[in-house]
Amino acid sequence: MRLWLTRHVQNCLAAMGRLVQRPAGSLLTIAVIGIALALPAGLNVLVRNGEVLAGGWESARDFSVYLKPGEELAQAATLAKSLSANSNVDDVEIISAEAALADFQQSGSFEGALTGLDNNPLPHTLVVRPRPEAPASELAELARELGKDTSVDQVRLDTEWVERLNAILEFVRRGIWLAAGLLAIAVVVIVGNTIRLDIENRRAEIEVAKLLGATDAFVRRPFLYTGFWYGLGGGLFALVVVLVGLAVLGGPVARLSALYGASFQLQGLAGSGALTVLGGGLVAGLVGAWFAVSQHLTAIQPKI
Amino acid sequence: MIRFDNVTKRYAGGHEGVSEICLEVDAGELVFLTGHSGAGKTTLLKLLALIERPTRGQVLLNGRNVGRLPARAIPEHRRGLGMVFQDHKLLPDRTVFENVSLPLIIAGLGRREIARRVRAALDQVGLLSRESSRPDALSTGEQQRVGIARAVVGRPRLLIADEPTGNLDPDLSLEIMMLFRRLNGVGVTMLIATHDLALVQELGGRRVILEGGRVSGEQD
Ligand SMILES: Nc1ncnc2c1ncn2[C@@H]1O[C@H](COP(=O)(O)OP(=O)(O)OP(=O)(O)O)[C@@H](O)[C@H]1O
Ligand SMILES: [Mg+2]
Repeated sequence: MRLWLTRHVQNCLAAMGRLVQRPAGSLLTIAVIGIALALPAGLNVLVRNGEVLAGGWESARDFSVYLKPGEELAQAATLAKSLSANSNVDDVEIISAEAALADFQQSGSFEGALTGLDNNPLPHTLVVRPRPEAPASELAELARELGKDTSVDQVRLDTEWVERLNAILEFVRRGIWLAAGLLAIAVVVIVGNTIRLDIENRRAEIEVAKLLGATDAFVRRPFLYTGFWYGLGGGLFALVVVLVGLAVLGGPVARLSALYGASFQLQGLAGSGALTVLGGGLVAGLVGAWFAVSQHLTAIQPKI
Repeated sequence: MIRFDNVTKRYAGGHEGVSEICLEVDAGELVFLTGHSGAGKTTLLKLLALIERPTRGQVLLNGRNVGRLPARAIPEHRRGLGMVFQDHKLLPDRTVFENVSLPLIIAGLGRREIARRVRAALDQVGLLSRESSRPDALSTGEQQRVGIARAVVGRPRLLIADEPTGNLDPDLSLEIMMLFRRLNGVGVTMLIATHDLALVQELGGRRVILEGGRVSGEQD
């Protein structure tokens, strides 16, 4: 058992030693693998940031209910009362036509346009603030019901574009999975091809080992460890690429965030994300090595 | 120990490397296989090492029909066999010590045991002082002796050699053959293919002559 473990450790270190001996070639392979892994990882970080942004905006889903012109303020109060009873509604604010007009006049910009009118053209308005946990579908339903009310002129729901953004994010998320799948296949092919060349270069050694009675497992092991190191190296490289990317984006995002007076923080690659990248690299490396080995090692039979 | 029982090996393309060979070798014997080029010497050794399988007949080693062994049993079969090649097949990027230790690493021995046995084998062929040299730094005769050390380091009961003196001058050839004889003296059965008739004549011992894939005669 201890001997077995020692042999594995030796194989593992020897495989790393071989990679270190030709640093240029190994680094190139690792860089290609790393970039292939960094792409979906980086996109994933971007989407997560998009989600956080969308989530922040989604909480501001107030909607405005405009009563028909000429409706009494009492009607607005009745409607507000019944809305307040709804379990999805947090708060209802009544803005009377007069208050709205005063607001406009104070803001100044429409002064000229409004003073010429005899009566107030503005309707009474209700601003409905939903509870944060209220599901979007039920809010849309509520808005539709309100629209049918005979005293209501129109309901403006300001969340449509947030929903659109969410739909886009969902689309992009699927796209990333697709890209990740394709790039994983690319990594398998890259590792497989590199190891195929490796096998070709060590053909004499493999033939001699087989002549001396080496089992398939014995011949296979060093190449699997090579695949292991390529995968791990590629995963680490990908993490570095993503971290550098985040560092580059961090400054501008902070400035943008400050301009909008928001407290948006750029989301990094979480620990689980980093583990996924490393694990994905490892698995792809091993699978690529396994393919190369199972395709090419049996083809090598010793001659004398 | 070895018995070829009516063995025919037909290569792809239809040519027969050996035809209806019958041959028996007892444990502890040293047998020279001679014959012209193309007579089937190498084919016979390949059948023993399971590099080729017999088309017909049985190859028996210690009563076991090795010709029918499944592929997964080949490594173990080869580990019980010492092989010496004309081109010695040493790995140029490894030291003499590493080359000789390869069979023991494959067999899964511990490091200390490997070092002890490798040094003993190198001592037997007189190359203990060159253990850290690369094969390229050795003379042809020395390289062949390293090849022999690698063949015996696993203490096989049977050693097969294909033209082990093919690249050597007469003096070196004799030296190598004397080495084989000495190893045979400690009980290793040996089957040595060579077309160096003069040398075999000088050494004496059992000689099997092949011709056109058949045994055409024997001398003792
Ligand atoms: N792989 C092969 N495919 C087809 N024919 C082969 C193959 N190997 C050997 N032969 C043929 O089988 C016959 C015996 O070959 P073998 O190599 O056993 O002869 P040999 O006695 O070892 O000759 P040499 O002294 O030249 O080494 C030859 O005619 C050879 O052409
Ligand atoms: Mg031959």
